[in-house]
Amino acid sequence: MSAGTLYDKVWELHRVAELPGGATQLFIGLHLIHEVTSPQAFSALEDLGLAVRHPERTVATVDHIVPTTSQARPFADPLAEEMLATLEANCAEHGITLHGLGSGRQGIVHVIAPELGLTQPGMTVACGDSHTSTHGAFGAIAFGIGTSQVRDVLASQSLAMGKLKVRRIWVDGQLQPGVYAKDLVLHVIRSLGVKGGVGYAYEFAGPAIDALSMEERMTLCNMAIEGGARCGYVNPDATTFAYLQGRPHAPSGEAWERAVAWWSSLASGPEAGFDDEVRFDAASIAPTVTWGITPGQGIGVDETVPTLEQTDPDERPLAEEAYRYMDLQPGAPIAGTPVDVCFIGSCTNGRLSDLQAAAAVAKGRHVAPGIKAFVVPGSEQVAAAAEAEGLDQVFIAAGFEWREPGCSMCLAMNPDRLEGRQISASSSNRNFKGRQGSATGRTLLMSPAMVAAAAIAGQVRDVRELLPA
Amino acid sequence: MSSPSFPMGPITGHHGRAVVVAGDDIDTDRIIPARFLKCVTFEALGPAVFADDRAELATAAAGPHPFDRPEHQGASILLVNRNFGCGSSREHAPQALMRWGIRAVVGESFAEIFFGNCLALGLPCLVADHTAMLAIQAAAGAEPQVPFHLDVAAATLTGPAGPWPLTLPDGPRQMLVTGQWDGTGQLLAHAAQLDRTRAALPYIGGF
Repeated sequence: MSAGTLYDKVWELHRVAELPGGATQLFIGLHLIHEVTSPQAFSALEDLGLAVRHPERTVATVDHIVPTTSQARPFADPLAEEMLATLEANCAEHGITLHGLGSGRQGIVHVIAPELGLTQPGMTVACGDSHTSTHGAFGAIAFGIGTSQVRDVLASQSLAMGKLKVRRIWVDGQLQPGVYAKDLVLHVIRSLGVKGGVGYAYEFAGPAIDALSMEERMTLCNMAIEGGARCGYVNPDATTFAYLQGRPHAPSGEAWERAVAWWSSLASGPEAGFDDEVRFDAASIAPTVTWGITPGQGIGVDETVPTLEQTDPDERPLAEEAYRYMDLQPGAPIAGTPVDVCFIGSCTNGRLSDLQAAAAVAKGRHVAPGIKAFVVPGSEQVAAAAEAEGLDQVFIAAGFEWREPGCSMCLAMNPDRLEGRQISASSSNRNFKGRQGSATGRTLLMSPAMVAAAAIAGQVRDVRELLPA
Repeated sequence: MSSPSFPMGPITGHHGRAVVVAGDDIDTDRIIPARFLKCVTFEALGPAVFADDRAELATAAAGPHPFDRPEHQGASILLVNRNFGCGSSREHAPQALMRWGIRAVVGESFAEIFFGNCLALGLPCLVADHTAMLAIQAAAGAEPQVPFHLDVAAATLTGPAGPWPLTLPDGPRQMLVTGQWDGTGQLLAHAAQLDRTRAALPYIGGF
């Protein structure tokens, strides 16, 4: 059993009561909501005659359904319009802050909460979205919940939870040029499997993690859930504090000093005990691409699609299903696979540094003929920062479309979607069957720089060949 | 909002015919594709469950999908394999299953968020080991008209053969059999403790 880890400390600080049946009631420090998983929770609250207990601890934005071409109201899609109007009405009725379109603060919920300084070390963070694990980058314990639990948090600012085990994922060495946090996490999931983290919180630690920026740590923790771990986190350090300082909701003045002292005290110390530990070497990781229908079906860009013989017997039925669905041949190189659509964005990789990395590849080059390539900034703030340094112009000159912020083609709840059997190079987080809006559409997950390289080449290409030596 | 036929109160067991949806890592995007999430109530989700898988299999040699086979209409126990319900946290997934008619799920393992969502709706998810699961699925496939009996309290499943021992952690089991699986009231009962915990957190008052 783990002891003395950040997870244990934060758990203990937020423990309200032990519930009959063995679950723990956990106080939730920050609750984030959006238009898809909250309307039924508000309806349930109304049916029960309950109020929102702490409206000041819930923050809302709109992200999943927003169009990325024109965001003029009403939306062309009446269902999307109804969802946003419902969120607006619920937030107004219950006194919840909504960062709406055009506010300057709208964006993907897992992008805006960090950039506003809402997400802080030592908090418990819940949101009706599985990628809430993102916020663990700050040393928060952050996890996705369903709509009934959204109702519970609204009503009580708490949740019934079972305590997880803690696995330390120790990463030695340094990522090589052209290899990013996305590649690291795809490598971890490839190695431990999509079920490997079930029952665990992942603590990411070691020299390679220490060297990551906050945005890279967010990419890493974002996909902990794709490895089955409901939350992933990085211990807070000087990088965390430097990111937070000066943000709208971060403490300031003397409170800042007290906050840093408290945050520092929460990190897993040298005496911390873990349920288990897995080690990786960052230097050995190549740009990684998925070839199949789960995020665990990934390979280095210089590798070949695994054959059945190279596949664990337990995983063979899924591999066979993936060969059929993806129409990729076992034993064939993944490099050179033609793509139709290139998507840069999402809560995994829609932040400024992601766009900078992709723009560095796109600059002075052009998208291959016949390829649809588009960039969707993660938030209005990301868009403004990118435009301020001219990244939008770099992308447009290279033949990419520059869009408005939202979740977009990560899950295709808005008009951005694959058509028919199209295959995408995507900086998002899931390559499930049908994920990007076509029941037969196909997804290759990779880093934003690799997506840019695929757009230029019209096929999967090792981005390291396009970077300055 | 739950439909009138949704479970209420203690859930000690379930009796009904079974339907097998075989395969590992069946994610919630497959259970209910994202386009069906454009709604402000869960009411219309039942017919859309497994929509894309069902459309794909409608014309395939291996088809139709189990949910479209005549012998499985009215089935209420879903038999699955490993890591069922992985991916998105959408509660629309168990809602869609329940609105189709599913009232219990037995599988080799479940994704955590999905398991919790099911529990909150009174949809028990019990675990069988690999060998038992294959035997259960074979029995259900051979005699789809024969009902199974799931005993939640004892964690056993009996059908054309069996009984098979299942597992369900004590916490969820207690919550189901005592009818405390829908826990908002429980959470609100601890108002004083909630305030104490909140007040002790330095970030609440801005440090």
